[in-house]
Amino acid sequence: MFESLTEKLGSALRNFRGVGQLTDANMADALKEVRTALLAADVHFKVARDFVERVQTQCVGQQVLKGVAPGQQVVKIIHDELVRLLGEGENSLSTARPLKILMVGLHGSGKTTSSAKLGKLLKKRGYRPLVAACDVYRPAAIDQLEILAKQEELAFYSDRVSKDVPAIGAAALATAQATGCDCIIFDTAGRLQIDPELIAEVKKLHAVVQPDEVLLVADGALGQEAVNVAKAFHDALALTGLVLTKMDGDARGGAALSIKSIAQVPIKFIGTGEKTADFDTFYPERLASRILGMGDVVSLVEKAQETIDHKEAEKMAEKMRKADFDLEDFLAQMQQIKKLGSMQSIVGMMPGMSGVQLPDDSEKQMARTEAIIKSMTKQERRKPDILNGSRRKRIADGSGVKIVEVNQLLKQFQQMQQMMKMMKGGGSKKMMKQLEAMQSQRGKLRF
Amino acid sequence: MFGLFKKFKDGFAKTVTAIAAKTHGLFGARIIDASSLETLEEALYTADFGVETTEEILAEIKTAYKKDATLHGQQAAAIGAAVLKRALAGAEGDLRPAASAPTVIAMIGVNGSGKTTTAAKLAWRLKQDGKTVTLAACDTFRAAAVEQLKTWAIRLDLEIVASHTGADSASVAFDAWQAAKSRGRDYLIVDTAGRLHTKSNLMEELAKIRRVLQKHDPTAPQHRWLVVDGSLGSNSIEQARVFHQSFGLTGLVVTKLDGTSRGGALVGIWRQLKLPIYFLGLGEQAEDLQPFSVDNYVKAVFGLED
Ligand SMILES: Nc1nc2c(ncn2[C@@H]2O[C@H](COP(=O)(O)OP(=O)(O)OP(=O)(O)O)[C@@H](O)[C@H]2O)c(=O)[nH]1
Ligand SMILES: [Mg+2]
Repeated sequence: MFESLTEKLGSALRNFRGVGQLTDANMADALKEVRTALLAADVHFKVARDFVERVQTQCVGQQVLKGVAPGQQVVKIIHDELVRLLGEGENSLSTARPLKILMVGLHGSGKTTSSAKLGKLLKKRGYRPLVAACDVYRPAAIDQLEILAKQEELAFYSDRVSKDVPAIGAAALATAQATGCDCIIFDTAGRLQIDPELIAEVKKLHAVVQPDEVLLVADGALGQEAVNVAKAFHDALALTGLVLTKMDGDARGGAALSIKSIAQVPIKFIGTGEKTADFDTFYPERLASRILGMGDVVSLVEKAQETIDHKEAEKMAEKMRKADFDLEDFLAQMQQIKKLGSMQSIVGMMPGMSGVQLPDDSEKQMARTEAIIKSMTKQERRKPDILNGSRRKRIADGSGVKIVEVNQLLKQFQQMQQMMKMMKGGGSKKMMKQLEAMQSQRGKLRF
Repeated sequence: MFGLFKKFKDGFAKTVTAIAAKTHGLFGARIIDASSLETLEEALYTADFGVETTEEILAEIKTAYKKDATLHGQQAAAIGAAVLKRALAGAEGDLRPAASAPTVIAMIGVNGSGKTTTAAKLAWRLKQDGKTVTLAACDTFRAAAVEQLKTWAIRLDLEIVASHTGADSASVAFDAWQAAKSRGRDYLIVDTAGRLHTKSNLMEELAKIRRVLQKHDPTAPQHRWLVVDGSLGSNSIEQARVFHQSFGLTGLVVTKLDGTSRGGALVGIWRQLKLPIYFLGLGEQAEDLQPFSVDNYVKAVFGLED
């Protein structure tokens, strides 16, 4: 797997610490790392290439800032550009009434569940939604939507005899009008973008019901084909938005960038779980961090909230937010971490450590780390900066490890701190605001 | 360059994808140059092979190119195919019956990957081979999942043991095994609820299904297959790794390869976990399940004909 992008950029850019300016030449290696990171996050090859070119243009000529590692400076530029790209466009829904929404996508992407989730959300916003079952192919697809509609107390329309999808759509529309529903969500069958018959069918449905919104529902873990899928659906149906599903998993979500770049449609919603409430509006900052593998403080804090006691979690979040998380806290957390489940998943969420693949003996490693920190004085844990050569030697001896291990730990910790500092300032302020909001409402804003 | 997977079905017949069309010349008789190497790189990445495999294939082609500047497209394709074949050596799964019937096959995977459809297709396939099969509807969680498998059972005239949504999935598995055993069936195919690999509590449910089956037969389920959506990218490797860690997988089924995705992530999964690939899903109908063949896969990917 891949080291954290920041770390890699750090080493690619190390040579010109203090050099003064970012240039094409001194950035070449770093940009290769960026490209690799994007490809590893499943961003489409061409989209990654264009993105890197754009970032390069932005970076070249910039002064290397004092006190900020060049790697972090570049990551910040990249991050901000990604946020801009991902967040572009109007991501709220049309205000038309009645509001007609057509849900389309590949097989198994989550259309039916998302239809019900959207219905629930719009009901909360004061609409009277009707969900229409237009998937006449997959066994029991109609039943699935009907059950969800009942559960959420949404009006429901189906025709279990007809296979004429446009006619079903028209009838659903008429039913909605007759019964005073002002929002109609059409759930359609999964289809391949290269299936001429099924694409013709959904085009006909589109022509008949004239939707105000056409939402492509796409699995957040989609690979390189995402661009072709999005392009074909967009050409056929003029998409108005994207719903990215299964983002409660750990997919990096690069497909979203591909789709966004190719079809130029805004990302409107994020599916974050199997329950109908697990449906969020979209925050570009979070997705950008995730694509870049920059760690996800929000998820880490949330997971901690589920497992660790709340006071502890809040304290930790606060410390991370203020970037005054010291080795003392690190030790305390390590002892808590065992409760959180797999070490790997926790490390993945640490700022600056995402993507670091733990070796099989990571538990043993953790014991060593614990020993190292325990061999430090309280003061040293609070202010690792004071750890000079002789102190480090004492600690190494005390914990029975080599001095390089002590150095490694301190370096990693330092990177983590820098990452937190970076997220504290500038472009990621919004993310911190979200974190605060989340802290207070303790909502389900995963990812 | 990339022939389409339809070729599996149509005996290497027609369809050429957009990429295949674009890179067609590349693997023809033309001499390789820098720009065709870049096109090649693009084609490999866009097949979801990932960084490792792509760079390995490129490196070998570049080495050959350095030795012989008149290297032709077809030779380059042959090198790529050879690298891929080497990487996939041993990846073909071979479904064998267990020592004592029923042989239990559990379908597991993330939401919407194709478990239920694959369970039905596989049951049908085994039935065509003269085997007797029982289906167990152990997705008692998702709305209408039980009805979905029941509909397949009726459509294909298959035997099924099912309860209702909300029932205990492990009990359904327990009962289904008993039914299959008492009726002397060869296979029991267990459909399970979709779950993301990141949810440890849901992983526990799978472990419970297994424990309960083992009360009947300590070796059951003998086959624990991850059903992976072939249109996904690198995350499917992560899915496989985590499911394997917590459930001990024995193989893979890769679905939805009738689309334009070339399912390159399966190469990554094989390289990292060495889980054999048993079948590929190539459509929504009962007959759209094909045994995985390294040879066919590699040929389809590189657009090589027999
Ligand atoms: N084109 C194509 N579609 C497939 C294939 N396999 C499954 N599907 C479709 O993918 C969708 C999801 O398949 P299911 O079998 O319901 O997936 P699942 O894993 O059981 O889903 P959950 O139980 O909801 O997690 C359905 O519309 C299937 O018809 C395949 O090989 N090709
Ligand atoms: Mg299912």
